[in-house]
Amino acid sequence: MKNLKMKKEFKVIADLLPNNTRVLDIGCGDGSLMHLLKIEKNIEVRGLELNQDNVKECIYKGLPVIQGNAETELHQFPDKSFDYVVLSQTLQAFYEPEKVLKNLLRIGKSVIISIPNFGYWKVRTKLLLFGEMPVTKTLPNTWYNTPNLHMCTIKDLFNFCDEKNIIIKKVVGVNENKTSLIRKSNLEIKNLFSKVGIFLIS
Amino acid sequence: MPSLAGLFFWMNIKLDNIKKLDVTKPLKLDCGKTIKDFPLAYETYGKLNANKDNAILVFHALTGDQFVTGTNPITNKEGWWVTAVGPGKAIDTNKYFVICANVIGGCMGSLGPKDINPVTQKPYGLDFPVITIKDMVKAQESLLEHLGIKKLLCATGGSMGGMQLLQFCATFPDKAFSAVPIACSSSHSAQNIALNELARQAIMADPVWDNGKYVLKNVQPKNGLAVARMVGHISYLSEKGMQEKFGRKLQEKADYEFSFNADFQVESYLRHQGYAFVERFDANSVLYITRAMDYFDLSKQFKGGLVEAFKNQKTKFLIISFSSDWLYTTKDNKDIVIALNASGADVSYSEIITDKGHDSFLLDEPEFLKTLKGFIDSMYEKFKNEKRI
Repeated sequence: MKNLKMKKEFKVIADLLPNNTRVLDIGCGDGSLMHLLKIEKNIEVRGLELNQDNVKECIYKGLPVIQGNAETELHQFPDKSFDYVVLSQTLQAFYEPEKVLKNLLRIGKSVIISIPNFGYWKVRTKLLLFGEMPVTKTLPNTWYNTPNLHMCTIKDLFNFCDEKNIIIKKVVGVNENKTSLIRKSNLEIKNLFSKVGIFLIS
Repeated sequence: MPSLAGLFFWMNIKLDNIKKLDVTKPLKLDCGKTIKDFPLAYETYGKLNANKDNAILVFHALTGDQFVTGTNPITNKEGWWVTAVGPGKAIDTNKYFVICANVIGGCMGSLGPKDINPVTQKPYGLDFPVITIKDMVKAQESLLEHLGIKKLLCATGGSMGGMQLLQFCATFPDKAFSAVPIACSSSHSAQNIALNELARQAIMADPVWDNGKYVLKNVQPKNGLAVARMVGHISYLSEKGMQEKFGRKLQEKADYEFSFNADFQVESYLRHQGYAFVERFDANSVLYITRAMDYFDLSKQFKGGLVEAFKNQKTKFLIISFSSDWLYTTKDNKDIVIALNASGADVSYSEIITDKGHDSFLLDEPEFLKTLKGFIDSMYEKFKNEKRI
């Protein structure tokens, strides 16, 4: 089920990436996105992944992957060594997301980040009406076992980029199989109806 | 029980019957001297296919030799990497053609300090030129030429084998489609050098060694050599692994003997390993090979350091380290990954979590072997396709 849900997001990310570029996928999992990018867009992919089984899976598929922790080991990648760095749904799980983000912008000429949107209406109602920490398809864990330390909304990340002078090139909201462009003008409504936000920044 | 001299005589007869390439091309060594018309002993397993795209070169470690798998015809023991190489193994000899050569300076048929010096007509001893990892690798390139292999599917090796491999890739950037350096380092650390020095000093402190001239008398400084081997064996295990394997267990006795015999199992293990080693290895070879390892510093060879060493690298790398290896640590291995990344090379890296220390690459370590197999098999598919285009 996780894979099915991920696929739409991966397609959106793939659409954002030009052919024949160099892409680093942080937290590349079993290499599904890397495989997609390599096959469909002839992209030169590299992955960074913490989990041993996932690393093995990537290696079996012939995908170059480095076992390591993005929180502490991004220093190994030189400045602007990739056209794009992709970080899919993990920004909120880092101890210091700001530091990680800074590193991603250093390594990549552009960065694609996706976040589970804490501003999605179902998440909001759960907290507002029931007074409980939200558990949804995109946020499947309960408060005591969630890896997410720094939940944010699409609006939060939007404002953060503005504050830090990070250029937002494009934001795509994803809800099930529907995608829509998010601009400042429709931010409030899209922040309410998008499950996942995908940011292209530099 | 044959005498040691007799044993060596018998070993030398056996060494006449193994595969050897006579390298006629002069090889200028890093020390400035040149060797020519020298033997390079090697062994192969499996069959080279018609496309010549299934060749895998294995580099052996300090005390290894060309007999990777099956039965070593000289020692009648199992090959040193029988866990990883053979029919149906991670490096499947039903599918791949595996090549391994004895390093020069060694004692399993390649030119080494116990061979006859053509100038004096006596064994070299310490007159043998000091060799480097680069010299070893250059000598082995002749073998690929001899076997008609333009590009290897893969080259691999652990420990000193990994160092040879890094050197091989830096010196011959287009000779291997893929490479798996395992549990190694791009240069010897102070601790690495210190441990090797301990081994050398143990040999040199044995009066039988006699400045390396023992070879003339057909004897072997076995006490010193055994201690040298014991040092090695301690460094190949992790503290935890050693504790789990031996703890304070006593060797076939109920209580202390109040003597200096091997009361503890760990003592008995070290003694066994030490004295088994002297039957198959030449003490001077240990001196020469450990020296080659100590001199190894890949970044020193290139002006821009390690990144420069891997510039324009087309080889696809997989670096593997073991979490409890304190001889060539995860950090040592990661430094190689960082340099490869910085030079833009295609590199994968995996750290295998294990308590078994540096020795892990020689053991039946399932996660390691699965990763190795997965990489090589996927590289074979890619290499075949690339060759077709």
